[in-house]
Amino acid sequence: MTGPIAIVGAGLAGLRAAEALRARGYHGELTVIGEERYEPYDRPPLSKQVLTGWVQSDHTTLPRLADLDGVNWELGVRAVHLDLAAKRILLADGRDVPFDRCLIATGLRARPWPNEAEAALDGMFVVHTADDAHELRRRLAAAPRRVLVIGGGFTGSEVASVCRMLDVEVTLVELAPAPLSGALGGVVGEIAAQMQRDAGVDLRTGVRVETIEGDDGRVSGVRLSDGTHVDVDVVVVALGGVRNTEWLRDSRLAAGPQGIGCDAGCRAFDANAIVTDAVFVAGDVARFPHPLYGYQMVALEHWRNALVQAEIAAHNMLSDEADRRPHVSVPWFWSIQFEVNIKSVGIPSIADEVVVTQGSTDERRFAAAYGRNGQVVAAVTFNAGRYLEFYARLIETAAPFPPDLGRVEQATGDEPVPADFPPPSALTNRPTVVLTGHSPTEMRVQRKETEERGA
Amino acid sequence: MRVVVDLTLCQGYAQCCYLAPEAFRLSGEEALMYDPDPDDGQRERILRAAAACPVRAIFTEPATGAEA
Repeated sequence: MTGPIAIVGAGLAGLRAAEALRARGYHGELTVIGEERYEPYDRPPLSKQVLTGWVQSDHTTLPRLADLDGVNWELGVRAVHLDLAAKRILLADGRDVPFDRCLIATGLRARPWPNEAEAALDGMFVVHTADDAHELRRRLAAAPRRVLVIGGGFTGSEVASVCRMLDVEVTLVELAPAPLSGALGGVVGEIAAQMQRDAGVDLRTGVRVETIEGDDGRVSGVRLSDGTHVDVDVVVVALGGVRNTEWLRDSRLAAGPQGIGCDAGCRAFDANAIVTDAVFVAGDVARFPHPLYGYQMVALEHWRNALVQAEIAAHNMLSDEADRRPHVSVPWFWSIQFEVNIKSVGIPSIADEVVVTQGSTDERRFAAAYGRNGQVVAAVTFNAGRYLEFYARLIETAAPFPPDLGRVEQATGDEPVPADFPPPSALTNRPTVVLTGHSPTEMRVQRKETEERGA
Repeated sequence: MRVVVDLTLCQGYAQCCYLAPEAFRLSGEEALMYDPDPDDGQRERILRAAAACPVRAIFTEPATGAEA
């Protein structure tokens, strides 16, 4: 069996990997390194239960599903380098952690507001860590005049939803024509837009925030690209995430802004695309070839993906070549906003057509299927999550699009229409799924990275 | 006690909301909101809710769970 194992990243993927290693009989030296000083906690409640005030920000610690006695927790210290030749992780405090096998699960951080002076104003927030959520909750509880959310992705929309639940006035600014359109396309995004407006969100689409104005060091207002001015005292920056890969710059691993390249068994590639034996990747930073999508490289910022990859990485760390397992499962995602349960399977943003297949969009209880090249590639439900398993099977079997629902209760009169995904350059937030493979979408993603650097 | 619900599995059957209403609530028709750190006085109810979940989406720490 293998020698010491180091896990870099103490989030969901890091914790579940540690548990899976123990559950599979690995009782050797195990070190978990985390930059935050907290033991592994769950992030999805931060933008929901924590912001509403029901749950405190330090009360989302994840349950331990296996006995982790004897694990060496290095919390509150960053990893700054991985030495592939010497097989050791260097920590910021100068110590190093030797390994025989290593798992990288360093996840994301919130993408900051690019103007540093504006970002430093009192009243500017992001929502990614427990500390972020704690600070924003305090401010929301103090009856702000108006909150401005920059970015209509899932996190931004969830924050807007919480504001309305708390009876706080909120303006959401999104460059695309509708919120959620980066993840779900413009057709479904328009339904989300109507949800927001019905809930009293002042939704401004097709515009960007040009300037955040301060008064005596505090946020006082924003100026939008259409020339309008909005008086606000709180700004929530929801531009998506940045993958934590910079610490691997000199590691010779295939690490960059799009993630860390790895094979379907979570084994990291080096910079020459040669697979390594010792280093594995899981969670939001992993960029892997997905067999259901023509082995195109994808990176998924999904809760369930972190869980599945952690288990696969743990299994493969301990397995001989013949026993290794691939990551082949269909991506799943959920978001709760405006009292609607939004769930998806597959990768909607790879599609070019969408059709409402079940239920009613007017009632906001429906399923829609996404297609590409005559195949079902994804589906989304609003308050109809029980339908999704059916679509997951269609995706797994490359079923024809539009799907034949047979005897299932089917929406009538709906024909497939263009799914209307805006190019990344027309979105305020970075999408939570990034297609980075050999398709033309790679060019779009790369162009966006370039633009952001130039901004 | 620590609780996590795999909301990708959750299908909104709401059995947990009946059995442990202080810890599990529906937002709208089927979106589950829950307390990931309910007080230990609710342990019995939470464990019953976890056992009753038709899709086994509720995960709790064993009573003898490791300390921080």
